[in-house]
Amino acid sequence: MLHLVNKSPFERTTLEACLRRAAPGSGILLYEDGVYAALAGTSFAPTIANATNAFDIFVLAPDLAARGYAPDAVIDGVRTIDYDGFVDLTIEKQSVQSWL
Amino acid sequence: MSDATETADGLVTKRFLYVNRKAPHGTVYALEVLEMILVAAMYEQDVHVAFLDDGVFQLRKNQATEELEMKDFSKTYRALEDYGVEKIFLEKESMEERGLTPDDLVIPAATIDRKQMTELMDSMDVVLSA
Amino acid sequence: MHYQLNDQQIEHDEEGYIVDIAQWSEPLAEHIAQSENLAMTSEHWEVISILREYYQEYQIAPAIRVLTKQVAKRLGDGKGSNKYLYELFPYGPAKQACKIAGLPKPTGCV
Repeated sequence: MLHLVNKSPFERTTLEACLRRAAPGSGILLYEDGVYAALAGTSFAPTIANATNAFDIFVLAPDLAARGYAPDAVIDGVRTIDYDGFVDLTIEKQSVQSWL
Repeated sequence: MSDATETADGLVTKRFLYVNRKAPHGTVYALEVLEMILVAAMYEQDVHVAFLDDGVFQLRKNQATEELEMKDFSKTYRALEDYGVEKIFLEKESMEERGLTPDDLVIPAATIDRKQMTELMDSMDVVLSA
Repeated sequence: MHYQLNDQQIEHDEEGYIVDIAQWSEPLAEHIAQSENLAMTSEHWEVISILREYYQEYQIAPAIRVLTKQVAKRLGDGKGSNKYLYELFPYGPAKQACKIAGLPKPTGCV
């Protein structure tokens, strides 16, 4: 399963809701305003750093760039992917759950 | 509430505060508020702008929106000075929670804490928040 | 709606502002000016170039007051006046010059 989260963790509880229900080993892709959750050095960073133990966490690079962040701004253990990587991931993880 | 002041030519100038609380590209709010500010500035109002919560992300440097085929309106904040909008405030706590420092931002602004933000909001005639 | 420039069609909105800024060229500017009965001179081009640079830098078409200040700064106080700019662009320096410069209508103009 690939979980998709596009809301800022500072504004919505969407990502926390996802983290509480996703099965271990699932993929979680952070995109649009969801990319803010992937940044190192924020008050939310420890939650994601901890979640990398249970899940494969990805962040969409074009959405990071649009918001002024380079791939090296993300937490260790979170992988940066582009649109092609996103497509590959949906195939690899077989099904997708969108948390809106 | 403060009293609106009257200018020499008899026009009433009100204290306006535009409150930005949304991240820049996920929704249209940030761009719409920015356009409202530019319009208000032309009507010679006493314009104040505050960035708090995810709104502080609007001012982040190096936004590269080409791949999203979206407009990079972070450049437009730098024009606020030309429009006479110079009372710009950042909330310290919002910056810290998001790992941002004033050096990360496209324009200089006064950093104030949450209590001062309360006072700023409370001293305005009109507050528009998005 | 479009401007016909040689064999190229360039789409514009109901007020004549081009839709895709990337399609702007100097021949197109001449063409738009002509359709507004305006003959471009080097004085017109100076203002067009300031407008385009302003847009490049700030991603907005400046309001008239801001344009006037920019022109004063770049071309001197003699040219940085409403009167001078209205003589060049009788239908409104911000509105008409922005149209010729390929920019959107200035924010706040109705």
